[in-house]
Amino acid sequence: MSISHEQGPTPGPAAPGATLSNVKSQLKTLWQGDTGLVPVLLGLLVLVIYFQIRSSVFLSAGNLTNLFTQATIFVLLGMAEVWLLLLGDIDLSLGYVMGLSAAIATILVDNQFHLSWILAMLVAVGVSTFIGFLHGTIVIRLRLPSFIVTLAGLLVWEGVMIWTIDSNGSGGTIALNEKVMYDLVSGQLTVLVTWVFVLVLVAFMGYSMVRTYQKRLASGLDVKPFYFIIVKVVVLAIAGIVMVLVFNANRGSFTVIRGMPFAVPIDFAVLGGGSFLLTKTRPGRYLYAIGGNSEGARRAGVNVNRYRLMAFMLAGFTAGIAGLLYASRLGGISDGVDGGNLVLLAVASAVIGGCSLYGGRGRMIHAVIGGVVIATVYNGMALVGIATSAQYIVTGLVLLAAVSVDSLARRGNTMLR
Amino acid sequence: MGNGGSEVETSAPQSLLGMRGLSKHFGPVQAMQNVDLEVKAGEVLALIGDNGAGKSTLIKTIAGIWAPSAGKIFWKGKEVHIHSPRDAADLGIATVYQDLALCDNLDIVQNMYLGREETRLGILNEIEMEITTRKTLADLSVTTVKSARQLVGSLSGGQRQAVAVARAVMRESEMVILDEPTAALGVSQTAQVLELIKTLSSQGIAVLVISHNLVDVFAVADRIAVMYLGAMVHTGPIGDYDTASAVELITTGTLGRAGTSVSSAL
Repeated sequence: MSISHEQGPTPGPAAPGATLSNVKSQLKTLWQGDTGLVPVLLGLLVLVIYFQIRSSVFLSAGNLTNLFTQATIFVLLGMAEVWLLLLGDIDLSLGYVMGLSAAIATILVDNQFHLSWILAMLVAVGVSTFIGFLHGTIVIRLRLPSFIVTLAGLLVWEGVMIWTIDSNGSGGTIALNEKVMYDLVSGQLTVLVTWVFVLVLVAFMGYSMVRTYQKRLASGLDVKPFYFIIVKVVVLAIAGIVMVLVFNANRGSFTVIRGMPFAVPIDFAVLGGGSFLLTKTRPGRYLYAIGGNSEGARRAGVNVNRYRLMAFMLAGFTAGIAGLLYASRLGGISDGVDGGNLVLLAVASAVIGGCSLYGGRGRMIHAVIGGVVIATVYNGMALVGIATSAQYIVTGLVLLAAVSVDSLARRGNTMLR
Repeated sequence: MGNGGSEVETSAPQSLLGMRGLSKHFGPVQAMQNVDLEVKAGEVLALIGDNGAGKSTLIKTIAGIWAPSAGKIFWKGKEVHIHSPRDAADLGIATVYQDLALCDNLDIVQNMYLGREETRLGILNEIEMEITTRKTLADLSVTTVKSARQLVGSLSGGQRQAVAVARAVMRESEMVILDEPTAALGVSQTAQVLELIKTLSSQGIAVLVISHNLVDVFAVADRIAVMYLGAMVHTGPIGDYDTASAVELITTGTLGRAGTSVSSAL
């Protein structure tokens, strides 16, 4: 379809003839989707089928729910890394920033301080955000590579985390005794609210897609065929209903446990907020621009340093939220948190999902999908009874494959996002 | 004959941009000395000269990258002080540098509006931006791009140049400075860009174009200004020059063995 206005009816999908090649190219667009997610999702499907064949409990409601709560940490920490990966930056310390956030929240709601859960959470996330601010300031002011600064941060914040836990707890652990925080992961929505949540979400996404379609059509802009939207909504609706059925099935052994764990809506909230900021606002647009060509962005009048600092702070903020869920999942905090390993898995989540390590390309949803892939690998291999050593090796190979695809995509098709 | 500043043949009210005695030195290095130049609305003025002749110094002074050491700049007859690229943009002077400064990972619309996105209640107004982008490209007769939502990384060199120029003129610029717009382009791409320059000038936009390629210069320019070792050695309508005289001016700064057509003009 041409830019020129003089041209009459555009050779759209309705044009007779050339149907086969048209259908082909449309299928290709559908395959690549808006985000190029389809290949990763197919990979995930293969994993799921393999694990289900090897272990019949893999697809049970209890295990899938467990898998989602396992994935939460990778997903949230992965989304934290996306902010920085978009700029071609990285924060290697986020694992321990998360641990510190978990420790602070756990300690503050304890009997000694007995702060309300909301205040404790705010302080914990505030501290994480401030750490992001520190990293960003050092990287920008001293013009150091973020890799090195946050490598130093990895050691420093591990030390600070251990010191914080050991000086407030005994034996290197602190138990979490606060109901609301404990329930972040373990608590769940009621069966009805689970239905409402998922259906409203799907309806909203469908509505916004149709609205955009209508607006573009009314303004005389190119639109993709309407059935793309129908296909997408149907896929989303099926995925949503399956999700609801899984979460709403009884997964308790002694008592009845049903409903979506709170962790899932929290993931969705961070995903929605992050995606909104990245795709619908100026700051988000500038993160992509800086990642693509920071000199170009600077000359276009973008205050590059300001938005880089913002990205570091958002990464800290998101890691802080991850910390709250981490404490909830562990039922406390231990000074043995392996933040080094966790942060690498977080970066792996984002990259496996389709986020580029070179900057400029990636979405929040990438970290979600990647996080679920990694959780699936760990969960499935544990079920099948494969040794931890092999789990590491397989995760490593999956990451290597993802990075290779990223690199090839960068050299080849620039249309890929 | 021919050396020193050339005669300025336009009166001030007619000229869009005027320079009087403009000089720039970096420490002891005199990069540009005592340059007089007029740019009229809607004309294509080619600025030619060898490497180090001061062409870049001149356009960077106009574009607000740095301030002149001496001399005055006039915009529509009034003296102006351009301290930053933003000052230049506010006057209506847009500069497209050789590297274009585009983001390959963003689409055409996103690049066109980078740094000045349209928003409604803080949310990007994509449809409004896409409509204006399409209109701007159509006004410039850029018909080779398939969609305004194509990633800039997937465009050809000529199309990228067109996007960069379109971005420059979209904010009601009255003058566009193009730095080597056809360097590194193939034959058909070059033709596209030259066509674009003609379209700009037909819409009343002044174009100051730097080029090493005399063929391109003779194809589009209304007037030619030649710089040599920091000085403006000759300015005149395109008819005053032929390739031989232009080359001689570029390489020696004078017309010792005066070319046939040039001698009359001087």
